[in-house]
Amino acid sequence: MFNVQKIRNDFPILSREVNNKPLVYFDNAATSQTPIQVINCIVDYYSNYNANIHRGVHSLSQEATDKYEQARQKIQKHFNAAHAHEIIFTSGTTDAINLVANGFASLLKKGDEIIVSAMEHHSNIVPWQMIAEKTGAILKVIPMNQEGELLMNVYQELLSEKTKVVFCNHVSNALGTINPIQEIIDMAHKVGAAVLVDGAQAAPHLVADVQALNVDFYTVSAHKICGPTGVGILYGKEDWLKKLPPYQGGGEMIAEVTFEKTTYADLPHKFEAGTPNICGGIAFGAALDYMNAIGFDAIATYENELLQYATEKLLEIEGLKIYGTAKNKTGVISFNIDGLHPYDIGSILDKLGIAVRTGHHCAQPIMDFYKIPGTVRASFSFYNTKEEIDVLVEGVQRAKNMLQ
Amino acid sequence: MKIKDIQNDIIDEFAMFEDWMQRYEYMIDLGKSLPLIDEKYKTEDHIIKGCQSKVWVHAKLDDDKLIFTADSDAIITKGIIAILIRSYSNQKPQDIIDADTAFIDEIGLKEHLSPTRANGLVSMIKQLKLYAIAYQTQLN
Repeated sequence: MFNVQKIRNDFPILSREVNNKPLVYFDNAATSQTPIQVINCIVDYYSNYNANIHRGVHSLSQEATDKYEQARQKIQKHFNAAHAHEIIFTSGTTDAINLVANGFASLLKKGDEIIVSAMEHHSNIVPWQMIAEKTGAILKVIPMNQEGELLMNVYQELLSEKTKVVFCNHVSNALGTINPIQEIIDMAHKVGAAVLVDGAQAAPHLVADVQALNVDFYTVSAHKICGPTGVGILYGKEDWLKKLPPYQGGGEMIAEVTFEKTTYADLPHKFEAGTPNICGGIAFGAALDYMNAIGFDAIATYENELLQYATEKLLEIEGLKIYGTAKNKTGVISFNIDGLHPYDIGSILDKLGIAVRTGHHCAQPIMDFYKIPGTVRASFSFYNTKEEIDVLVEGVQRAKNMLQ
Repeated sequence: MKIKDIQNDIIDEFAMFEDWMQRYEYMIDLGKSLPLIDEKYKTEDHIIKGCQSKVWVHAKLDDDKLIFTADSDAIITKGIIAILIRSYSNQKPQDIIDADTAFIDEIGLKEHLSPTRANGLVSMIKQLKLYAIAYQTQLN
């Protein structure tokens, strides 16, 4: 049974005060909070078995290696990857995308086309722009409608045998739209293009089955799903990961080194140069355990209730406009109030103990599309409550009264 | 009035408020009294970078004193820039260059002084001082 009060007790930070007010944390799309189970896992690692992995013959190193590799298997199972070595540990989604983009630099040639959606985070635009500049490949954009839904008919027209790779987020961080990635993947595959799906915003709300989706690359950051910052994964199909050249050189990623030639290690180590974030990887596994124990179906049902409740309540405020009204959306409400700057609203909410995000949310093209400087974004997690939404709505109303 | 005296006045005014809401309400009011920049100066050249909201500042020399005008698209930011301009405008460039910014801390805006803070208070102060340095060079 989903019991939000019991869940909240797992998160020490939720009982603190900010500016003498109980913290209301609605910046979950930026980073989620950490349950005591994950904090304990981090403490346990540094208290009991901190060691460098893979190369040590001593017991401590073996213990740390086992836990780290078990975490990789947990992540493999969670996303239903065919092999554990298809899960590459990275420092997060941005790092994972850069790894793939850099790999494609050696596969793309002048005149090749790469397609991006109009609602990407800068981290899924800039690395590809850099690669396009380097290779002479052409960047094309799938536009969206006013509701924040991709225009699939235009996407169909953009696809051709020149298309080599398509990249798109599963869920938009600024709008909350759940994109039809199954269709996007299937259509790309018909012309032989690879697809990278940025799952950073989807992972906290739903479970992607990478085999069922038949996606080529899928990226996730641990800190969005109750894990620590500085760690994430790239899922890549074995064939693709074999095809891509290594991203960074260093220890761990080699088979043999001489000054004449170096041969690279097998997957996944080929892409894991240097000492990784060992504790972070293990804690990522613990975070998935925690969320799976609650259950993603229960989480999705509850979060949808919160989203609907918040949408209804916020829309009662005169002059409030929500950006991103896709039929299929999750977790996020981006809004503005007529004539008010999002920064002003966010500043006042902060003083009321309410954490929201203001600005362009690292998605300037979306703000340009709506011709606005930014939005106020409230993003929800399964540990939020309807009472907290009431506090938010009251706070927004108060900010509005002060500012108008 | 000297910069220091104006700043002390501002500190006294802010000391009357019991909570943040009152302070913000006062800042919003101050924003309304901001000497507005001429529309023709609302160009890229006059924008202060590093702010989540847009801030434009213009300076001109009147006799031996600098007169600042400004505007912002966000109301609280307008209040912050109004506080700065009240203490720095109509002053000699060298006095502006020499003035410290401790009063920001004393009126409880310290957190806004963080260089990563999105409102760019630090950038605003820097820009006002840069104007002062530029005009001081002219006067020399």
